[in-house]
Amino acid sequence: MPITKRSLLGAACAGLLALTPMAATAEGWEPRRPIDFVIMAGPGGGADQIARFIQSVAEKHDMTGRPLVPNNKGGGSGAEALLHVGQASDPDHTILVTLNSFFTTPLRQENLGIDIQEFTPVAMMGVDPFVLWVHADSGITTFEEYVEQVKSMGGEYVMGGTGQGQEDSIVIAFMSDAYGLDITYIPYDGGGAVAKDLAGKQIMATVNNPAEAKGFYEAGDFVPLLAFSDERMPAYPDVPTMKEKGHDFSYYNQRAVVGAPGMSEEAAAYYQDLFTRIYETEEWQGYLESESLSPLWMDADEQRAYWQQQVENHRRLLAALAG
Amino acid sequence: MEILALLGDGMLLALQPLNLSLILIGVTVGLFIGAMPGLGSVNGVAILLPITFLVPPGSAIIFLAAIYYGAMYGGAISSVTLGIPGASTAVATTFDGRPLAMQGKASLALVTAALASFIGGTVANVFFTLFAPALASVALSFGPPEIFALMLLAFATFVGLGGDDIPKTIVSICLGLVLASVGFDTISGEPRLILFEMQGFLQGIGFLVLAIGVYGIGEMLWTIEQSRGEVTTTTPRMTARGMVDDTKEAVRRGWKGTWIGSVLGFFVGVLPAAGATPGSLMSYGVAKMVSRTPEKFGKGNPDGVAAPEAANNSASTGSMLPMLTLGIPGSPTTAILLGGMVIWGLVPGPRLFVDETEFVWGLIGSFYISNLAAVIINLAFIPLFVWMLRMPFTILAPMIFVLSIAGGYAATRDMHDVWLMVIFGLGAFFLRRFDYPLAPAVLAIVLGPIAEPTLRQSLLLSSGDPSIFFTRPIAGPITVIALILIFLPAIQLLRRRRAARRRAA
Repeated sequence: MPITKRSLLGAACAGLLALTPMAATAEGWEPRRPIDFVIMAGPGGGADQIARFIQSVAEKHDMTGRPLVPNNKGGGSGAEALLHVGQASDPDHTILVTLNSFFTTPLRQENLGIDIQEFTPVAMMGVDPFVLWVHADSGITTFEEYVEQVKSMGGEYVMGGTGQGQEDSIVIAFMSDAYGLDITYIPYDGGGAVAKDLAGKQIMATVNNPAEAKGFYEAGDFVPLLAFSDERMPAYPDVPTMKEKGHDFSYYNQRAVVGAPGMSEEAAAYYQDLFTRIYETEEWQGYLESESLSPLWMDADEQRAYWQQQVENHRRLLAALAG
Repeated sequence: MEILALLGDGMLLALQPLNLSLILIGVTVGLFIGAMPGLGSVNGVAILLPITFLVPPGSAIIFLAAIYYGAMYGGAISSVTLGIPGASTAVATTFDGRPLAMQGKASLALVTAALASFIGGTVANVFFTLFAPALASVALSFGPPEIFALMLLAFATFVGLGGDDIPKTIVSICLGLVLASVGFDTISGEPRLILFEMQGFLQGIGFLVLAIGVYGIGEMLWTIEQSRGEVTTTTPRMTARGMVDDTKEAVRRGWKGTWIGSVLGFFVGVLPAAGATPGSLMSYGVAKMVSRTPEKFGKGNPDGVAAPEAANNSASTGSMLPMLTLGIPGSPTTAILLGGMVIWGLVPGPRLFVDETEFVWGLIGSFYISNLAAVIINLAFIPLFVWMLRMPFTILAPMIFVLSIAGGYAATRDMHDVWLMVIFGLGAFFLRRFDYPLAPAVLAIVLGPIAEPTLRQSLLLSSGDPSIFFTRPIAGPITVIALILIFLPAIQLLRRRRAARRRAA
């Protein structure tokens, strides 16, 4: 066989492939194009930070043959992303990083015609708890003082969040209902902007994920009052939970990856394997701990059941919000 | 003094052979990525982020900062030579850069842009060095009412932008505002103005799509119509002597715009909601407003190139500040840098300046070095860019068209945007035929999405009472100045008319 440039190149590639661990783990299906890594939120917020972290872990360990290309589609509480992924022309190369708007947006905007059960489960990377924060300068140190303060202001108490029907507004609505609070709610376009305006004392309190508020907490600007998790959080052992206050309520934001509807089984298996390996990296485990996320690993069938349960859950919560 | 010692260490770190070569590569790559229409610093940083895992974190962030700087300089190049904004931050550079190029003074425009960028970057670095932690608290004191007041001020500076035809300027602003409101509404979360039920409108109308359509395609059509295809841009051969003369002229005719852009750009950049694009547009407006010869703007005034270019560099450095001190990215590019920092185990936020002093000052030191490298490399490439203009317009026009299309597609990878861009190009051409100014529409589509939610958030804060814009210590004065500026031309116009009527009578 005459040695041509092409055969040399082929041999070199084959050699390289044999050397990479990739070739051993993935059976059959491999991405042939850059992967459209859609994010259900704008740049800078919690979901975006996580997506970019995942991408950089994959890059660092060279886990994908083709790059994950982050694509922020935050419009309309994620409706833009759901439509984009739902109608993807190449479902094998389209995956989505979700938050709870994956459940709430299709419920709130039925005219979009999105059925999330058509999407392909990939991985549940963890769930993110919510915490009630006030500014240290307010002098409030306990949840009881907070309730008293809100009541004394007769509707003038201002909280910020990421929008009506969004995760934090559901938590605030539950809290207001349970304690008879009258709160003025200002919508922002992301959790980062909300935290910044609490730090600047433009608003009086927020319900943010720990990741979004952590920097200000460590600097002594923010005080956590109440956690909406099932149990006390390891990073905030002194902060009581809503359950301890006698209300059976906890609320988490899901940090999951899903595939486009119509993704082939081989491709789904590839991504499930990929994200399992990302999940197991030291970096991701470290991130779960440092940002106070709780692990909630599920296989594909468990994820579908979880979706069903979350949709029902949110249908009830949103109905309560509207009523 | 401790700061200076740390900064010196940072600069020495940046001058190590590995870091210095990363800076040179980063700046050069950034320069060309920035010069490609549609691709800006955000693409450059995103594309090259993986490479940074091969080098230590300190070097990696230096590399990314170098790309960022290179791209900021590069944006001006296609704005001047082709009339297509190389990046959204360089749109205002086309206003005067393109006319200069048409007059055969492309090298003057490019030299002005390079020097203004350098000074803008340097001024911002000095501010950053001296006042970083203090400025973070300024950024925090800007809540929704303050940001809205600032946006009002930006609109006010632009009322004068369309020449003296205020009604046409207002029509143009309104057109831009309508386009800006397409897509999802932040406050209610509901879709609005989804024209013809097309899915592409859900993501709103991209600013770059409008800018490339208006300035790339619209400008090309306009040039063809004006010249009936016989465009000859006289381009003198580039000589060392010519460069020196251009430098002198750039300094003489562009210093004012440079200072305005450097200072204003930095402060606008520091505010997390704003960033480099509003900063450069506002600086252009202010430079024109305070100029003694505002009528020369838009016709090839070096001040009109210097102001936005100084501002976009200054604002880019400024937008690093909220990212580092508050953990809030001021621009898409800094959002990517933030992602990079997190994986290196650096937590941006209020503690970063305390816990990671070495990293922070190393980064700032590398800003100084990157900026210096960027101006030198940019000046060295100017003859090459000017040479492109020697091509006959019959070759250049199709090239502009192809680059515009590619640029419109590259940003979102969606054909919807390409069609929209062509429609905007045609629309701009006809509006221009009827003497409607287009810059105010471009401004409105940038500022509209910032102004509208902040207006509504403010009114929610005050339960609907507009006095919130007057009673707050920072918002109040800004609102008053903005209102004076808005009504000043109208009052002058009325007085002039009355005087004319009196004379006639």
